[in-house]
Amino acid sequence: MMTNTVYPALVVIAPLLTALFCSGFSWVEKRICYPVAGAGLLVATYSAFRVLLEVLAEGTVQYRMAGWAPPFGIEFRIDLLNALVLLVVAAISLVNLVASHRFVIRDMDDRSGTFYAIYLLFVTGLLGVVATGDLFNLYVLLEITSLTSYAQIAMGDPDRGPLASLNYVFIGVIGASFYLLGVGYIYIKTGSLNMVDVASILPALQDSSAILIAFIFCMIGVWIKMALFPLHIWLPNAYTYAPLPASRVIAPLMTKVMVYVMIRLMLTVFGLDYIFEKLDIAKAVVWLSTAAILAGGVMALAQRDIKKMAAYIIVSEIGYMVGGAWLGNKIGMTGSILHIMNDAVMTFALFLAAGNLAFKLGDVRFKNLENSFAKMPWTMTGFVLAGFSIIGVPPTCGFFSKWYLVLGGIEAGAYHFVAALIISSLICAVLFFRIFEIGFFSGESHGRDHGHSAGPEMAEAPVSMLIPLGITSIFLIGLGLYSGVIVNRIIHPFLG
Amino acid sequence: MSDIITIVVAKYNYWLYIILMMIGLYAMIAKNNLVKKLVGMNIFQTAIILFYVSIGYKKDATIPIIENAHGGHGNTAHAIHAADYINPLPHVLMLTAIVVSVATLGVALALAVKIYQRYQTLEEDEIRMRLTENRLAENNK
Repeated sequence: MMTNTVYPALVVIAPLLTALFCSGFSWVEKRICYPVAGAGLLVATYSAFRVLLEVLAEGTVQYRMAGWAPPFGIEFRIDLLNALVLLVVAAISLVNLVASHRFVIRDMDDRSGTFYAIYLLFVTGLLGVVATGDLFNLYVLLEITSLTSYAQIAMGDPDRGPLASLNYVFIGVIGASFYLLGVGYIYIKTGSLNMVDVASILPALQDSSAILIAFIFCMIGVWIKMALFPLHIWLPNAYTYAPLPASRVIAPLMTKVMVYVMIRLMLTVFGLDYIFEKLDIAKAVVWLSTAAILAGGVMALAQRDIKKMAAYIIVSEIGYMVGGAWLGNKIGMTGSILHIMNDAVMTFALFLAAGNLAFKLGDVRFKNLENSFAKMPWTMTGFVLAGFSIIGVPPTCGFFSKWYLVLGGIEAGAYHFVAALIISSLICAVLFFRIFEIGFFSGESHGRDHGHSAGPEMAEAPVSMLIPLGITSIFLIGLGLYSGVIVNRIIHPFLG
Repeated sequence: MSDIITIVVAKYNYWLYIILMMIGLYAMIAKNNLVKKLVGMNIFQTAIILFYVSIGYKKDATIPIIENAHGGHGNTAHAIHAADYINPLPHVLMLTAIVVSVATLGVALALAVKIYQRYQTLEEDEIRMRLTENRLAENNK
């Protein structure tokens, strides 16, 4: 239906306008940038929430840019799937902005205006990618997201940041160009760029080899951007050497939004009939994601730094979501969509906790974490919850999406995928309990050897960083407890 | 043999874009110098722009400005045939893609400058050697 509300556009416009404002006013008064950025993201989050309510009440919402009717104009088309992802993206970027304020003041006060402007543009790009209903528009917004993430990563570690970022540029350009090429082939055959319009034309073209090539190019492009193993080589360095305020939002959101794009292309544009009945590649992709899950886990085991370990955990989690989507049944797809949301929240919680640790300890290599439970009890509580969620311990949200993925794998007969999920849980358990052990025990025995009877001083992170972590941790459990409601009200109606 | 030549000649624009794209991709993967890689990246993006521009082209067609749209009266006014005008949409799309590729090149060059300031070189193997040395020095500390 056509909507009269402005919320779908406001979600994207608010951060865009505030980004312009921030980059302009940073020359005059830098301190104004933070409240302005906060206001922009608050408006975006509220709008995303209103859009979700509207979609729940009335079904799919369309917003026509400048009143041009699709397929000629660009429309924002928001159904239950992207309403959910929009809210997750907007809320996480808002919470991260608050949590990063002290970081920005400490580490890059002279560049804070630029940082906020780039950060807001990055969020604009992500929200636009999720909201748009036009294939080419998606490419442009994707490039806005990528360009701003290159810039943010380069602001980090002066030694390795620019190099990691440049490697990401090369691979990111190949990914985006492949997607663009795929869209070109779709345009040659259908003459349209509107997703719904293309979907109505494609069934008649299922035998066309150009459409097959288009599908392959689009998928490989998106896989490069989401770092599906073995196309993941750019990710660990890029996310490790980025400044924490940036990597905390790039790491949970960028890859998840790309998974959303993949699911959108599969469900809305090409259609499940084409993918699972015409093409015989679903089994191969599930094998690929099985390899991704295991390889990500094994490489995470080799790391001695929380940030790098988390980056490899993301490689592994991407395998979960891609595998779930390609299992070819409703339960697997449900698990995949639920995991987009849950994984965004739990990786974000993990990075928030890592950020608090890094703020106090300087960096987050394992050897610096001794006694961290005694020094920073609240941060470590959040860290434990995030770890439990990634392992998949029941009351946290990570368990429920993994449960759906396992059920989907069993229904599809993909036992190798199920086995990989369970092995990956074990690997994550090893990963996190190793850190818990360092944080709990190693410092204590050390202290006793030297005869210090008093425990170490409390040195907790500032409140403005603890509250965001607390809220996110509550959501880890809340989303777990209410995952039944989310599945029944949002994901199942969407999948039909 | 002549069949192949006919195929190549009939669709020479597509062959051209594939060759350009492969040159770009080769440079991005195989070259050691970061600026050469950037040039390869730009060739790669330009190849795709060329592909889009060529799909909008039609034989014996002109730019998409409708003749006699306003001043046409009587017998000078005639029906508009889509075949008389090239398809402007892919060209308009490529205006945006050109902007994107220029922006990417700008960001990438800025990064290359930063890398040069740090390592005094743009050769990838030398940078990698420097990084290994740094890591060894750090481990020995």
